Amino acid sequence: MTATSTPPSTSSPYAELKAPTTARRLLTAPTTGPLAALLLACAFFSLSTDQFLTGGNFSLIIQQVMVVGTLAIGQTLIILTAGIDLSCGAVMAFGSIVIARMAAEGTLPPLAAIGLGLVVCGGFGLLNGVLVQKIPLPPFIVTLGMLNVAFALTHIYSEEQTVTNLPGPLTALGETFPLGYTDVTYGSLVTIALFLLLAYALSSTGWGRHVYALGNSPEAARLNGIRTSRLTIGVYTVAGVLYGIAALLLISRTGVGDPQAGQTDNLDSITAVVLGGTSLFGGRGSVLGTFIGVLIVGVFRNGLQLMGVASIYQTLITGVLVILAVTVDQISRKKAR
Amino acid sequence: MSRTARLSSAVLRAAAVTGVAALALTACGPGSGADSGSDSSGSGSGDVKVGLITKTDTNPFFVKMKEGAEKTAKAEGVELMTAAGKFDGDNAGQVTAIENMVAAGVKGILITPSDSKAIVPAIEKAKAKGVLVIALDTPTEPESAVDALFATDNVKAGELIGEYAKAAMKGKEAKIAALDLAPGVSVGVQRHEGFLKGFGATDKDVACAQDTGGDQAKGQTAMENCLQKEPDINVVYTINEPAALGAYTALKAKGREKDVLIVSVDGGCTGTQAVKDGKIAATSQQYPLKMAAEGVKAVVTYAKDGKKASGYTDTGVTLISDKAQDGVASKDTAYGLENCWG
Repeated sequence: MTATSTPPSTSSPYAELKAPTTARRLLTAPTTGPLAALLLACAFFSLSTDQFLTGGNFSLIIQQVMVVGTLAIGQTLIILTAGIDLSCGAVMAFGSIVIARMAAEGTLPPLAAIGLGLVVCGGFGLLNGVLVQKIPLPPFIVTLGMLNVAFALTHIYSEEQTVTNLPGPLTALGETFPLGYTDVTYGSLVTIALFLLLAYALSSTGWGRHVYALGNSPEAARLNGIRTSRLTIGVYTVAGVLYGIAALLLISRTGVGDPQAGQTDNLDSITAVVLGGTSLFGGRGSVLGTFIGVLIVGVFRNGLQLMGVASIYQTLITGVLVILAVTVDQISRKKAR
Repeated sequence: MSRTARLSSAVLRAAAVTGVAALALTACGPGSGADSGSDSSGSGSGDVKVGLITKTDTNPFFVKMKEGAEKTAKAEGVELMTAAGKFDGDNAGQVTAIENMVAAGVKGILITPSDSKAIVPAIEKAKAKGVLVIALDTPTEPESAVDALFATDNVKAGELIGEYAKAAMKGKEAKIAALDLAPGVSVGVQRHEGFLKGFGATDKDVACAQDTGGDQAKGQTAMENCLQKEPDINVVYTINEPAALGAYTALKAKGREKDVLIVSVDGGCTGTQAVKDGKIAATSQQYPLKMAAEGVKAVVTYAKDGKKASGYTDTGVTLISDKAQDGVASKDTAYGLENCWG
């Protein structure tokens, strides 16, 4: 396998066009480091508290990270194209209020309300993509603006009111079913399925290869016949739809439509992507890495809480971890050159 | 070469991450409030755990609340776990904290809800597992969603400064500015309405109303804009003392600080000192330390004999001013500073 190994960060943009196999991806960086960190953290917390290493607790952690996890999938796609999305939490909040209000007030049947929420969030993604690609504007600026637009629309449309008394279909994904000794929410399964689906799409389809190529060098990708404009807009739109699914997961988890939701989720999703080893410079990383990144944050939060450590230390540790992850990314890039 | 580099970087990353985590943990573990040295892997019979969830970690009000809970937990020989949202309004963070505390096996949870309505389903889940849930400072909607509420009567807190302001104006015509909290937050709404009731006014009499989020800088901006709109404002109601101090700064810039009456609610030490310094005329002081102490005691009682606290317990509010007005009971700032928080 050494003979065929394809370094993903060589100067040649064509190298990425060959998708690495799943096995090789698992064996090589950047996923291995985060995975080792996750396992070590788990081991540490298992030794430190009685309650950590139980099926129920593990199920709980997945349930707690499913919303940010789903956002982080979309964030990963965008970051792979060397973009960034600051609007994801706000778009999700708006989607969740649309779904909650439409359904709770009976304007639309629940399933139609959910559909509308997905369309609205997808629409925000589409708009982000078009502005980034067609004008073009830097993703940071476009999504910063969209963050404010979506935030304001959420507060205007919700009239600052939390929406309660949601019909059953809206909270169905928050329900649990027994699995072995524990209870698992349906939403956790949805999140895991989405991670696997996007991981497959990125590693084993032409679309996935094009996303990596675009992130490595848009110009080279274009010269190779990739329709980069359509691809970029597509990535932002897919991300938007994922935020819509996150909106539904959020509602199902808390049981209410909350206009204040999602305010730090944009940063949390970027944190997860970075911890998962995806490069902020695009073209390098994976959604499976992001899943590990999401779990690292969730495990630390849960484990420290079980140990009785005050929550401000979670923030401290997360901050240090992020800086470390980016530092290591930079060092490894320099070495690889 | 590059593969080796990447593998070694992966190892480096893992090692660094774990190293820092371990460092951080050893550094903060013992001093973080949980009873250090108590071996949780013991029989598990005697250890009672109490959870405290505040809106944020950083607001002095909640810092004091935590201090009260820690003191009482130590005295009662129980273990205290604490958690907080990342920002005021972070409901999801509080839901996660509740779940983790239930998983950790707490007997009771004391919570200051960031969102009175949105937190209810999570509280109900905890209660279903036999956990006593008490709201501190801020009621849930409906109030009956928790077992008990230990809080300031915010309407009364507003009423006291309303009555004070009315008496201090001595019949002069009032032009009122209201520097409020945020739309839909019960604490702010109740204080605002209490003030109007105490003053004998209605919202129509308020010349300028602005949200400040209880923030000093926003309070200053709000006051500047109010003065722009209505230069002859002479009474300022503020949601808390940071907002009041912001208003004072704005008034001072216009040379109006002497002839405008500022009243507030909270009773933090900085705020009470500002009353002593004459920047704020009067404030309604509340007692977060007491809320937390009573809360911890209630959980201990529940753990001992299964008796659940219930209903609303008023933790008291005192009008603090150095310029007492006839017919309005108040205490001076010496008392205020002795009992302030923060």
